[in-house]
Amino acid sequence: MTAITPDIVREHGLNDEEYARIKRLLNREPNLVELGVFSVMWSEHCSYKSTRAHLRKLPTKGPQVIQGPGENAGVVDIGDGDVVVFKMESHNHPSFIEPYQGAATGVGGIMRDVFTMGARPVAMMNALRFGAPSHPKTQHLVAGVVAGIGGYGNCMGVPTVGGEVNFHAAYNGNILVNAMCVGLARADKIFKSAAKGAGNPVVYVGSKTGRDGIHGATMASAEFNEDSEEKRPTVQVGDPFTEKLLLEACLELMATDAIVAIQDMGAAGLTSSSSEMAAKGGAGIDLDLDHVPQRETGMTAYEMMLSESQERMLMVLKPGREAEAERIFKKWELDFAIIGRTTDTSRLIIKHKGAIVADMPVDALSEEAPVYERPFTRRANPLALAASSIDSTRPPLASLVKLLQSPDLSSRRWIWEQYDHSVMADTVQAPGGDAAVVRVHGKAKGIAITTDVTPRYCKADAFEGAKQAVAEAWRNLTAVGAVPLAVTDNLNFGNPERPDTMGDIVAAIDGIGEACRALSFPVVSGNCSLYNETNGEAILPTPAIGGVGLLRDVKRMATIAFKREGDSIILVGEAKGHLGQSLYLREIEGREEGTPPPVDLATEKRNGDFVRSLIEAGRTDTVHDVSDGGVVVALAEMAMTNGIGVKLALQDESIAALFGEDQARYVIATPEKQASAILSEAKSAGVPARAIGTTGGSELALSGDKIAVAKLRTAHEAWFPRYMGADPV
Amino acid sequence: MKSAVIVFPASNCDRDAATALEHITGKKPDMIWHGDADVPNDTDLIVLPGGFSYGDYLRCGAMAAQSRIMRDVKAKADKGVAVLGICNGFQILTEAGLLPGVLLRNAKLKFVCHPVEMLVEESQSAFTRAYKSGERVRFPVAHGEGNYFADEGTLDRLEGENRVAFRYASGENPNGAARNIAGILNEKRNVLGMMPHPERACDPLLGSTTGRPLFESLIQALS
Repeated sequence: MTAITPDIVREHGLNDEEYARIKRLLNREPNLVELGVFSVMWSEHCSYKSTRAHLRKLPTKGPQVIQGPGENAGVVDIGDGDVVVFKMESHNHPSFIEPYQGAATGVGGIMRDVFTMGARPVAMMNALRFGAPSHPKTQHLVAGVVAGIGGYGNCMGVPTVGGEVNFHAAYNGNILVNAMCVGLARADKIFKSAAKGAGNPVVYVGSKTGRDGIHGATMASAEFNEDSEEKRPTVQVGDPFTEKLLLEACLELMATDAIVAIQDMGAAGLTSSSSEMAAKGGAGIDLDLDHVPQRETGMTAYEMMLSESQERMLMVLKPGREAEAERIFKKWELDFAIIGRTTDTSRLIIKHKGAIVADMPVDALSEEAPVYERPFTRRANPLALAASSIDSTRPPLASLVKLLQSPDLSSRRWIWEQYDHSVMADTVQAPGGDAAVVRVHGKAKGIAITTDVTPRYCKADAFEGAKQAVAEAWRNLTAVGAVPLAVTDNLNFGNPERPDTMGDIVAAIDGIGEACRALSFPVVSGNCSLYNETNGEAILPTPAIGGVGLLRDVKRMATIAFKREGDSIILVGEAKGHLGQSLYLREIEGREEGTPPPVDLATEKRNGDFVRSLIEAGRTDTVHDVSDGGVVVALAEMAMTNGIGVKLALQDESIAALFGEDQARYVIATPEKQASAILSEAKSAGVPARAIGTTGGSELALSGDKIAVAKLRTAHEAWFPRYMGADPV
Repeated sequence: MKSAVIVFPASNCDRDAATALEHITGKKPDMIWHGDADVPNDTDLIVLPGGFSYGDYLRCGAMAAQSRIMRDVKAKADKGVAVLGICNGFQILTEAGLLPGVLLRNAKLKFVCHPVEMLVEESQSAFTRAYKSGERVRFPVAHGEGNYFADEGTLDRLEGENRVAFRYASGENPNGAARNIAGILNEKRNVLGMMPHPERACDPLLGSTTGRPLFESLIQALS
């Protein structure tokens, strides 16, 4: 066997202290297989060693929460015995190296996390961040990522219903691909990963194991440099056809009671699935690798344990149920192999060709993984933007056009028309609104879904920015009429070994925690992606929030589009004209300065609850949250969808009033006869609200200037296809 | 009307087709596994649903067309049983030789998903009798390979025999299909293949109900 040298230890991403800890836990030197297993289990990606101490502070409970963090996905009650199962996960590093396969396997991985729990995936979302449009790699990465997401999700027959996309030079060397999957299950049919009992068969199903993706988790736990392209072999290759078969086969077996535990083989494949299942169940597992279905000949134990070949699952079955399970997997033309047994030794023992090649205490791999309280420093708060620094002479409607055709605000139609968003025939609110809505199949209720974060806010102030991300997710769900239920968080940051980056991580977790507590919006699942750095340049702090809410009746749902001429338009929430870190400041004045808009969570809740009550009562069907670009951008988006114009009667038409990004605000439209009652009810509820205009005509009209909605639409739709070299729509 | 939906590996609109059929006909269709030998003999309508049978590997529809069940589907089609192929089902029908022509990759080489306006070109069929000829309908498309192609002689013949059932409205062709063809009938007019999804256009909450008359036509014709 290979002797373990300090070089080999370093190549495995372990430091001296960690290696000493391994020796102590084993009471001896590890062999190469064991070292490989420890290296992936103790990688940042699998162990959360830098964040675990801080993640404990997040609120994870609530009457609606059935399963919080710690399983493959979170589970939330939606009544009538139904549950919604969801999680968001990153596939950043692989997507930068190989965008199509990186994004595709990210989609496949998060779907497996959801159907492992017994849920049928019903919707996908994705939060994407790319480098500057002018960067030579950006266009290629956008094309590859979008095609990869579509290629996988479309074949699976799960609608991709929305997401978000930003461009910023800070992502030039590290793009972010965060995929969220939402599934539905029955509360009494949830499957978990704890391998209980001794002597139960451990079963491998799905695709064969190959040499792809070895050390993917370790790759995702280190910074990039100019040699990163050489890591291409660590990227896995997706096979959505096999995943679709695996989904159907798993759900068919789950309809029986043959399964004790099930876990997908994601990062670190066989290693993490077996050791995590054993650790959770307090059991041991003996594996015999000779029985593992293999795609290539001559694979070593090291390669099999570290392979990240996709579309594989590990299950523990009740004894005697093997034949029944095998019949189902054979019907779906998938591999099925009994590769081991549970034991009462609390050890992971791996045999290959008749010899024991690894023998480790299960706890050493998981519970005993290092947890770091890394040193951190909080960044100094940025200076507030001086109002006097804004050029007040710029004509606002010209700025509006420029904003609508800016990379961050332009229509994403070019992307979402490449995703099948209507398969399953339950997508009642398609991409382009505040939140997507999918109906619960065969029922009146629906699930609202959104992903949100504004990285430029987080860069300026990670605490307020993270609060804002949660508040915006909550607001987007509210804006369609849903009761926000819970979130999944996907924390994307640079190198946590740098104290200021660690400071951003801690601040963001604190901000998420504060907002989630105040809004009764607990965190039920999540994922951390650190080391998003290239040659020392980190990404913007990007704590993406995936929010899920419940609509009791999808017929009572609001959308952003103006629907009638002559509706009164009401602005809910207080306009303070906050332009710091606004999109206007960046796109029109070319500055990224100031503080992000502060979020007052009590106001957020009061205003949102008021708006939702109007939707639930059927008094408004037209609502849009105010976010990037402020109230005038929100109004333009409402006008463009159906080509219905708006005549505004604003008290204040200053740049700050039109483009400020103050929080806790919504624009609603309602038949005129409702308007005065709504305004007086808002007043008694302590909710600022005022009438700001009327729908109608074909123009967006301020007091002194106007522009055709058709022109706005052309500007809004043009950027993406033009940038991607396609014909304009 | 008794209907059956064939389930191929990685069919993914089988449930959508079944939901629409049950909703409109009041009867659950039989779900028939591709490896089975027969569709039940009293079946009036066989649906080949959308999806990515066999992952669209090799060539879309090519492997599914060789499935065991397809022998019986062909035999029943020859006997006059109605067969509806939607999206991947249309691709399978062309690969199986039940309809002429092929579906090429979309002209812009990208998957495309959005509602499209079509004209009902031919209302004289079991699938379209509840429509008026020339009526405008709106169904979603969702495909990467829907670019209908056949030689000029075949296209002339399809048009001459009034076998173009649905045509994309002017400016709406999403995939470059020859002569804006969205759906065609076989010679005996009991087999219809189409790229757009009528089963996703049967519910007002999904934005269109103009797919319903297609299923209502079948009830009228076959019950």
